Amino acid sequence: MVNMLNFSIIILSITVFLCMYRSIKGPTIADRIISINVINTKVIAIIIAVSFIYQETYFIDVALVYALIGFTASILISKIIKES
Amino acid sequence: MMKIFLFTVFLISGLIFFALGTIGILKFPEIYSRAHSSAKCDTLGTILTLSSFCIYSGFNLVTLKIIIIIIFIMITSPTATHIITRGNYEKEEGSNDADF
Repeated sequence: MVNMLNFSIIILSITVFLCMYRSIKGPTIADRIISINVINTKVIAIIIAVSFIYQETYFIDVALVYALIGFTASILISKIIKES
Repeated sequence: MMKIFLFTVFLISGLIFFALGTIGILKFPEIYSRAHSSAKCDTLGTILTLSSFCIYSGFNLVTLKIIIIIIFIMITSPTATHIITRGNYEKEEGSNDADF
């Protein structure tokens, strides 16, 4: 089953790089924020898969804090978009 | 054996949804359709992938933490996309009356 975890990490990394293309090239600011939001969610899945490969359970707490910080950043940047 | 089968099915379907959401973000023409693709596929892909990790882990405290992360992402991922898209719409239209 570790082979499946490695496979999922490789596929998620490829999709993260494809999303990064949109976040660099996107025409408006909202395109970039949406693709960075998707990258946040994928990185949470990658962190949990790495925690199962290394068998270290404290990575789950790291993933929880990462989800909280990503949501706060998205809301603050959307307020900046609205007021600009 | 049943555990391995369920883990593989949930993980592969979650990865397929992630890949379809990424293709939508790359290929759709404007901001609102990109937001639609990212919100739906990202939320469902995360739920399926983290559920497969719950099945992998078994029944312990790690599973409870992953379920907390799943509930948090189910609430916040569509909310964040909605707020970003609404901010962009109000910037384009120039109206400032709706509060969020």
